Amino acid sequence: MSEIHAGGNGGRYLRFTLATLPFIGMLVLIPAVNRDEPYVLGLPFLLFWIVLWVALTAACMTIIYWTDPANRAGAEG
Amino acid sequence: MNAALPILILFFALAVALGLYARRGKDMDLEQWSVGGRGFGSIIVFLLLAGEIYTTFTFLGASGYAYKYGGASFYILCYGALAYVFSYWLAPAIWRYASKEKLVSQPDWFSKKYKSRNLALVVTLIGVIAMVPYLQLQLTGLGIIIEETSYGTIPRSAAIVLGGVGLAAYVVISGIHSAAWNAVIKDILVLIVVVFIGLYLPFHYFGGIGAMFAEVQAKSPTFLMLHEPSHDTGWFITSILLSALGFFMWPHYFGAIYSSKDAKTFRRNAMFLPLYQLVLLFVFFVGLTAYLVVPGLANGDLSLLRVVRDGLPPAVVGLVGAAGLFCALVPGAMLLTTSATMLAKNVYQEIRPAATDKQVGLVAKLMVPVITLIALYLTFKGGAAIVNLLLLGYAFVTQLFPSMIMSLLHRNPVNKWGAGSGMVVGAVIVAVLTIGAYTVGDVLPFLPSALHHLNVGVPALLANIVVCVLVSLVTRDRSASMQESASRSTAAV
Repeated sequence: MSEIHAGGNGGRYLRFTLATLPFIGMLVLIPAVNRDEPYVLGLPFLLFWIVLWVALTAACMTIIYWTDPANRAGAEG
Repeated sequence: MNAALPILILFFALAVALGLYARRGKDMDLEQWSVGGRGFGSIIVFLLLAGEIYTTFTFLGASGYAYKYGGASFYILCYGALAYVFSYWLAPAIWRYASKEKLVSQPDWFSKKYKSRNLALVVTLIGVIAMVPYLQLQLTGLGIIIEETSYGTIPRSAAIVLGGVGLAAYVVISGIHSAAWNAVIKDILVLIVVVFIGLYLPFHYFGGIGAMFAEVQAKSPTFLMLHEPSHDTGWFITSILLSALGFFMWPHYFGAIYSSKDAKTFRRNAMFLPLYQLVLLFVFFVGLTAYLVVPGLANGDLSLLRVVRDGLPPAVVGLVGAAGLFCALVPGAMLLTTSATMLAKNVYQEIRPAATDKQVGLVAKLMVPVITLIALYLTFKGGAAIVNLLLLGYAFVTQLFPSMIMSLLHRNPVNKWGAGSGMVVGAVIVAVLTIGAYTVGDVLPFLPSALHHLNVGVPALLANIVVCVLVSLVTRDRSASMQESASRSTAAV
């Protein structure tokens, strides 16, 4: 974990950006992905896109968790 | 008699026994009964917060939606994931203040933050109106599940009454603890059952998931996209957004947040809960298989159970029924505990301020059978399809969102008058539009057609915000002095 990213404004912007991405993927971009072709991993495209973004949401939240000073050992609950 | 019946009876007995046993070793005051004495660890909080994913709504509603509307059902996968993004910051903030102020209900929050018990009454009203249909939904679902998976041996009405009585009994005894214990069994059971039938059925009928999708597409080429005008992308996006905003506004979710023993739990859970949503994928597979195998059902909510009965032996059908049973009983226990707490704490205690904590606790327990009876009555009077009811409840609680978020600010520009009138206006608009089956296009015909099928919660929420801001501005001076006197009287109590 990088100390620069963890605290301060840099870290805060990073976390804010990461938290915004799922909303872009699952709300803003929906009109562009409303189709069934091509199939990816056996799923029609719209469903694949959504599953992908659910997984990416978990990934974003994991990075947010690990860079957030609030979660350091000893940080107040 | 078939193999399904003993399995169902066994699991129902287990649920009730666990629910009653959960009380052991606890001194059941109101805080213990309503929010588990704020002592629940990570796993229980995880399961209670994930509980939304696995209700009868998931089991019957999500598969039914996939069966009926195809691609539009995928919205159900999205809103939870987005709600958990909010929860990373929102839930710890709610928890910290609630623990400090010893809050036990959602109206308590508004009562403290806005220093207004009348606002708390409005919130109670909105919450109860949203929760009772949600409880009814669980009971209706339970009845359908038991009737179908017992092959009609246990009639729907008997299952609903038995389920309601068992539920009320263990909630009176154990409160939220009954939900916590049963949540563990429920999630293990549901996880196994849903993944199994979601994979087995497409393979059984079509030889694979891909082959199943191909068949669906051959039958109806655009079924797996947003294809119906009433369920277009505008509807899809706004339904996800509103459900994500409303997610943590459910009063029983506040109860689940209060019950945690620390705030870190929520941040840690926010990493895993989105992935947990993916179990819904298998529910969609079942609904789409049913679309091909048992077409033409008037009630889409039956699709999962019908295709399961068609393709699997009675013993497995019994296990599916048992999983469904838990899906109804666990959220049911949360809903009952929460609504009873609200009525006792934020209505009864308001009317009788002299009541002791013990009396309030007793009234909460007395409210449990009363609410159960109301829900049973509504269940037998009949109702709309499962998803519609849930959407109405969601739209209702979402109206709490603006004033809830504003109350987190250090200097909140919204006052109690603004918060209250905004909520009421929003709730009334949403109720009128939903009950009258109006679309946004009907009431705002000048909008471009792409916006005609927005979720009706959107105009309601916008009106809510506008009213909230305007009323807060107009009543600013007046409320400043009144809030002062209100806080004096609170201090005096």
